[in-house]
This record gives sequence, structure tokens and C-alpha cells, in this order.
Amino acid sequence: MQQYSGFGLLKHSLSHHENWQRVWRNPTPKKKYDVIIVGGGGHGLATAYYLAKQFGVTNVAVIEKGYLGGGNTARNTTIVRSNYLWDEAAHLYEHAMKLWEGLSQDLNYNVMFSQRGCLNLGHTLQDMRDIERRVNANRLNGIDGEVLDAKQVQEIVPALDCSENARYPVIGASWQPRAGIARHDAVAWGFARGADMHGVDLIQQTEVVDFIIEDGTVVGVKTDRYGDIKADRVGCVVAGHSGVMAAKAGFELPLESHPLQALVSEPIKPILDTVVMSNHVHGYASQSDKGDLVIGAGIDSYLGYGQRGSYSTIEHTIQAIVEMFPIFSRVRMNRQWGGIVDTCPDACPIISETPVKNLFFNCGWGTGGFKATPGSGNVFAASLAKGEMHELAKPFSMFRFHNGALIDEHGAAGVAH
Amino acid sequence: MFLIYCPHCGEYREEEEFQNRGQAHIARPLDPDSCTDEEWGNYMFFRKNPKGLHHELWVHAAGCRKFFNVTRNTATYEIKEVYKIGEQPKVVA
Repeated sequence: MQQYSGFGLLKHSLSHHENWQRVWRNPTPKKKYDVIIVGGGGHGLATAYYLAKQFGVTNVAVIEKGYLGGGNTARNTTIVRSNYLWDEAAHLYEHAMKLWEGLSQDLNYNVMFSQRGCLNLGHTLQDMRDIERRVNANRLNGIDGEVLDAKQVQEIVPALDCSENARYPVIGASWQPRAGIARHDAVAWGFARGADMHGVDLIQQTEVVDFIIEDGTVVGVKTDRYGDIKADRVGCVVAGHSGVMAAKAGFELPLESHPLQALVSEPIKPILDTVVMSNHVHGYASQSDKGDLVIGAGIDSYLGYGQRGSYSTIEHTIQAIVEMFPIFSRVRMNRQWGGIVDTCPDACPIISETPVKNLFFNCGWGTGGFKATPGSGNVFAASLAKGEMHELAKPFSMFRFHNGALIDEHGAAGVAH
Repeated sequence: MFLIYCPHCGEYREEEEFQNRGQAHIARPLDPDSCTDEEWGNYMFFRKNPKGLHHELWVHAAGCRKFFNVTRNTATYEIKEVYKIGEQPKVVA
């Protein structure tokens, strides 16, 4: 597989860029694999990449119902941060952050990771107390963070309404300078190319319709296009459809699938060079390299698998953005879409063994999975390679809902992802 | 956007007047003290998450403020029926 470089770009420009290699193969699956990953989104592809590259398990297939990175990887608002309150979550997201920092070089693929910083605004005294607590917890965990007052926030984001006349005046914010955004599609494509380069088979347009389970142990999957494919271990990374897949394996997950909507505006001149989030007025925005404002807020409250939500939800989102940025009031929205997010009762993921031996699930990332993509893939790959959970993944067992060891990130990070 | 029929008001109203309160027909354990961890965990955290028909609670929050049940398809979002608390659904999967 050819490496990308500045020199290569120059060389291919001489032939009008018509001779680039295909980025990955389109293979017919083998009869048996060491590991099968169900779901070819960012997390699944990252899992396959690290399995092959770091853990030397190259006899791997990723089986995807649609096309690679076509689900929530293509539908999120691309924010990357690691300022979570609780140790377990902070360690996991910081593990991801550290991988993000070298990811473009590691993959030889530009994921356009831009560490432009993230502000989480505080509008009430309680907000500020929570922010101070969270920033202190972050710093104890070695994660960068600062508490800013309204004046410092205004200096970072001139377009933000920090006046006392606002309906919910900005009192201050937490500031994580290492946070930022990345190009979501490039993340999926980079991991896919990297995995393919190390020998992983990426099987698209193929649905896993059932698991093959013998004596409580998974031994393969049934697919709609290629029949049965055997595997020693199966990792299921299917986000919104995790509950449906778990039911096929004969157990339940404490997940609820909701629509989460997002929007982008028409492209405008550079005005916002950081990420601004507010739990209190409930919205968040950043500006993409193309110039469009990328905007999101909360989930639709009802269950839904339809990849669409209600108009009233995006209306509330826009109200929050205009409340924060009155200057945006006449910016027109270009596109709006929805993804299916699998939310957990404690707003933390499930990276876990299951009641079925050799079947592992990585799900429940809810509204905040994109930022964890490399870290999630890395710890899940380690777990699949060894057959036992990685140290960072252990607290995220699905059995925590029975033993009570929840990791309650709801208050700290549950709303504005 | 749903147009939801409130069985108490006897009118169709827009979704914004309502709030979704999750799965309907969850029975509280009769003797919580004797529940195993598994039973209690299931009661607290495990909800049905079907791709298809779902029976759910809604409250007419900006209207009569009363609860009622809705049977809805979570894939097509079609509302199949609306029925009062204490009644059983006619449309079942």
C-alpha cells in the first residue's frame, strides 16, 4: 500500500491525480477468522486497526451492514475532549486524547485533528462550583484544565454574548486547551485504510443477521450475503442497534436508542476558532474548516431508530445558540440530520464481556462516542486480543448495572457532548 | 414531529405540549427488600428498546398534566394507539 506524503502529492499531480491506489480492498470473506468485528464505524475500524497493528492479530474481518463510517461516525459534531469528572471515565477519554495527538502520523492519514480548545460555560453559581470541582478532578488525573471568569471567556470568544444583559449571563467556564475537533470521515477512512494495510478484511454491504452460539460460546456469525463465517472471538460495535444485536445473542442491555440531531449552517467567514458548549442553555457550536457552524444539543426524548427527530428539538437547539451568539441570529442553516445514539443509564459506555463466552460488546457511548474513537478501539482491541478486559475497560462492564458500581457522568458530562 | 391525541383532553395536540416518560407498564417489585441484585438492577436500569412497536408513557405537560400510554413504532414513528393508564394495549407486537 502506498504511503501518503508531500512528495507523493507532487508526483501524482504530474499525472493529474488519476493513478492513486484504491484506499482499501473489497475482499470476499474467508471461512474463518480469529476475530470478527460487527460494525464498520469509527470504533469498529479502530478496533480492527489496533488489533492488527499493536496486538498482531491480523486474521480479522470487519462486517458492516451499510458502508464504512456511515452511521454515527458520519453524523456527529466531531468534538474531542477528555474533561470528564470521574476517574474511570477521565482515564478512558484521556487515553483516547493521547492517541488523537499522534493519530495522523500513526495512520499516515490526515484526520485534521485541531486542538483549538473547548469551553464549557457556567451560567449559575452551581455551574461554577461543578466546573471548579471537575477542573480540579481533571488536573489530579493529569488532564489539562483551567477555570476562567467571564472576562477571560470573552477574550477567547469575542462573538459570545458575555454581557450581564443576557438571559443567562456567562459567569465563567472550564477551558481545556488540548480539546478540539477532528474530521470525522477521515477518522473512519484512516482507520479503515490502516486496518486494510495490515491485512484486515473489510466486508461492506453485508449484514450480520445472527450469532452462531454453541454451548454458551459464540463460534461465528450468520450473514445475509456470505452465509456462516466462523470466528474464535466476536466483538460487536454497532452503536444504536446494540440492543437489537444483544437480543439475537439472548441477553439484554440497559440501553435506550434515541435520535440525536445536529445541524450545519451555510459557510461563513472565520468567527469561532474554538469549541463552545453550554449545559445550562443547552447547546454547543464550533466552526469547521469549511466555514460552516456545526451545531448540536440534546437527544429527542423518545426511543427512535429512524435517524430523524422532531422539529421542536432543533428549534430549541437554535434558540440556545442564538442566546449564546446573538450575532448568529441571521445565519441560515444548510443541513440537519439525526443519528441513533445508544444511551446508558449512567451516561458511560459499556465495554464488556457478555453472558455469551467469547462475545464482547462495545456500546452505550450515547451522545459522546466520537471523541473516544481511538481509545475505545485501542482498549477493545486489547481485550479481544487477550480474551480478557483491558484495565481501562474493566469499570465499564455491563454487569455494573447489577452490582451497583455505576460511573455517574450524567451531571458532569451528560448533556452537552 | 408528532401530533398526539390526548385521551383526557380528547384533542390532537403538537408534540411540544407533551413529554415522553419512557417505557410503560413497569411494575414495581411487590417486595423490594427480597429482590436479588439482578432483579433490582433489571427493575432500575433495564428498559425495553425495541426496533418496532413500543408501549410508552407520555404526559400532557403543557396541557392537562395527566399521564397516558401510547403504542408507537420506533422505526417508522407511527403512533398506533393511545390509551389511558390502567388499560391494556390493543396493538401488540
